[in-house]
Amino acid sequence: MMKPIAETVPKPGSLAVFMAFARIGVTSFGGGLSGWIMQDVVRRRRWIGEEDFLVGLAMSQALPGVNVVNIAIWIGYRLGGGRGALAAVLGIVGPPMLVVSLFAAVYDGLVRYPVTTVLVQGAVAGSIGLMLAMGLRVGRRNIGRAVPAAIMAAVFLAVGVLQWPILPVVAVIAPVSMALAWFGERRREG
Amino acid sequence: MKDNVYLALLGVFVPLSLLSVGGGMAVLPEMHRQAVGSYHWITEAQFVADYAISRMAPGPGSLIVTLIGFQAAGFLGAVMATLGIFVPSSLLMYALVRSWARHRGAPWQKAVERGLAPIAAGLILASCLTLMRAASGGWLVWVISFVSAGLVYLEWAGGLTLVTGGALIFLLLHG
Repeated sequence: MMKPIAETVPKPGSLAVFMAFARIGVTSFGGGLSGWIMQDVVRRRRWIGEEDFLVGLAMSQALPGVNVVNIAIWIGYRLGGGRGALAAVLGIVGPPMLVVSLFAAVYDGLVRYPVTTVLVQGAVAGSIGLMLAMGLRVGRRNIGRAVPAAIMAAVFLAVGVLQWPILPVVAVIAPVSMALAWFGERRREG
Repeated sequence: MKDNVYLALLGVFVPLSLLSVGGGMAVLPEMHRQAVGSYHWITEAQFVADYAISRMAPGPGSLIVTLIGFQAAGFLGAVMATLGIFVPSSLLMYALVRSWARHRGAPWQKAVERGLAPIAAGLILASCLTLMRAASGGWLVWVISFVSAGLVYLEWAGGLTLVTGGALIFLLLHG
């Protein structure tokens, strides 16, 4: 059914990186940009591996800053060093700046029609689907092994269900998860 | 600093950039307090509209700062506010990414990465729940979300198809 994740393809140039992120920036109606990035950069273009993306995403959320911009830096740097990172950030911020300004210019005209709200709700529903598909994939990836599955479930419970703030949750769970990974690795080797 | 609006914009958004742990939306209340309350760059109604516009438009939701900057001080204001919110945190992330690349393959790094991956997975699942709770539009949102998720999972559709399709279905049933 599913194609296994192939090895990543040759690294693209800075212009290609800029174009890819610009495309995501101006088409990602409905929000949930990390879902768009995973779908495009990881699944479709196979520029970086899924685990690499997930590690970058966790760091992007733990550090200050807009998550999408942080993950763009993570991916861009992997693809083309400092130039790649700059290209990715310019792509995800620059063109959308122009688009949001256009929206602001026509907003008063748009809100007069109730159809605007309807269209936006529909777009949001579609983009939630992207996020859910990403959830399905990463869930499936971790569910088979006891420790990662337990860590994943704990984070989901704390942040998603109980709606605790991300930082303290990650600050408590991350050292535990890393220590378990460390000792798990050693046991397998030794 | 209050006499130069460009410096004032940087003075507000640079610290917010470094405080935005967990994403740009984390500092939205403080942004509101400063832009509407302290500096009177925009009115309450403008802030609400800016928020709606930044959600409606594609791209990062934090581009609300571009709109605030524009309303405070025109084109240059928009640029200043945007640089202010994005550059400081980006430099921090860049420093981390660089040092990460320098230690590539170290055993401790592998343990950190293996430890972080399931945490990211949990955060993604949590985002799904938050988005579904926040979405307005009733049962149809749920149906479209789940069908869309299936289509993406099977790699039959990409993001643009989904949002266009979702918008059209809503238009046909509610428009």
